[in-house]
Amino acid sequence: MSASLKLKAFIVVPFLSKLQTLFQYIGSISFFIGDIFWWLFAKKRDIKAVKREIILIGLNSLPLVSLISFFVGIIIAFQTAYQLKQFSSEIYIASLVALSLVRELGPVLGSLIVAARSGAAITAGIGSMKISEQVDALEAFAVEPIDYLVVPKFLALIIAMPVLIIYADCLGIFGGYLVGNSKFGIPFHFYFKLTFDALKMKDLASGLIKSVCFGAIIAFVSSYEGFKPFSSTDVSKSVTHSVVRSFILIIVCDCILTALFYFMF
Amino acid sequence: MAKEMIKLENVSKYFGDKQVLKGVNLSVASGETFLIIGRSGAGKTVLLKNIIGLLRPDSGKIYIDGADITQFNNKELEKVRYQFGLVFQSAALFDFLTIEENVGFFLYQHTNMKKAEIRKKVKETLALVGLEGIEDHYPYQLSGGMKKRVAIARAVIYNPKIIIYDEPTTGIDPIAIDKVVSLIEDLHKRLAITSLVVTHDLEVGLKISERIAFLLGGRIIFQGKKDDLENIKDPRVVQFLHGSSAGPIKEMEV
Repeated sequence: MSASLKLKAFIVVPFLSKLQTLFQYIGSISFFIGDIFWWLFAKKRDIKAVKREIILIGLNSLPLVSLISFFVGIIIAFQTAYQLKQFSSEIYIASLVALSLVRELGPVLGSLIVAARSGAAITAGIGSMKISEQVDALEAFAVEPIDYLVVPKFLALIIAMPVLIIYADCLGIFGGYLVGNSKFGIPFHFYFKLTFDALKMKDLASGLIKSVCFGAIIAFVSSYEGFKPFSSTDVSKSVTHSVVRSFILIIVCDCILTALFYFMF
Repeated sequence: MAKEMIKLENVSKYFGDKQVLKGVNLSVASGETFLIIGRSGAGKTVLLKNIIGLLRPDSGKIYIDGADITQFNNKELEKVRYQFGLVFQSAALFDFLTIEENVGFFLYQHTNMKKAEIRKKVKETLALVGLEGIEDHYPYQLSGGMKKRVAIARAVIYNPKIIIYDEPTTGIDPIAIDKVVSLIEDLHKRLAITSLVVTHDLEVGLKISERIAFLLGGRIIFQGKKDDLENIKDPRVVQFLHGSSAGPIKEMEV
């Protein structure tokens, strides 16, 4: 086989095929998102269903988010102190911990945890409903599955995510304070004065906008993947796809938003 | 013959290149119990989904209570579904809702009835299917036979014109089968409702139905009264009736 034929057979054709799959995925998830927005405004919403989803999604992710954000705060404090001690400026760990958590790590890590914890649960839940004919039953009772199952989850995620992220940021900052206080003797009021001096409204806004966008991504991807299974083995595949694709899209979206905020603010 | 409640004219349905329904003609009279029988994978569920408007046929016409639903838009099709009560093969109870919320699901979604009124109606309907005191249970707490009866209660609670049973006795033990069959017969007598039963269980099907259609390979190869089966000559129907592996229907043919 000639080199050009090999190139075509092993690189170009598989690449084009992957590209085609990617465009098909983007196309079909776009229609799905369009349906979610159509149903979002199509009728009056039952607040109880949204509340139930907020409790399920938000509260279930709370212990894991608490644990990870607290330790991440400690890690950032130590890592920044390691660099800053060369300039005897350890005092600035307060502002660096606060900025990196609020602008970047809080929303991203929090969203990745929610995608892995609640996003996977959403996909598995809808997937098992689909294979046990419960989704067909909804349609048979003249209830639109996207309206009944997806829209409350979407609303719950975009409401719960910012709250969860603010909470994660606070715990991370507290973790940083423990390092600052125990290792470098920075007093409580001084640590938090430095923290609030460093944080501007735009930092808070960029973190919150990111968390809303990431919440929407988790809702779109996890629900979309939930409707795909045709058998029980498909459910586990869908859950894996849901988590992996949510992770990728969150990171890509974060990159775009970070660049955008850099130029905007 | 009484008024036609369901009528299919030359209905065909494709999935990709595969033709699942091949010019199906069917007629179900108002108030009768009609049986559609055929092997697993013969197209019975696809036929049902076309009848209730969950799928649209690629060609042919479907009349429900005289109206051609193939001409309906999605909103109109949604209204058509109000006329059907559907009992799914797997019962398909919503596992995150209580039995009360399951049985009253249609009333909660499509009426302005108060919770107390719905709860009362649910209690009455559960009593109708021989179940009491389980309103606050969840589906996972019930046996297979009980789930089927709850599914029947959920399908009849809003007085639909037509009730469809998709494999009503699959996956339950013989005693539960007998209870479900008696319940279907009893409901038919009490509510005088048009019933369409889809099953591959011939014994059960013949017990509860008045007329029968035999679906093979997406085509209706026999349609008539139960008594007509005694004189049937078609070797495919005869083979199915005798449950024999020897005959014109091969293992892979559905």
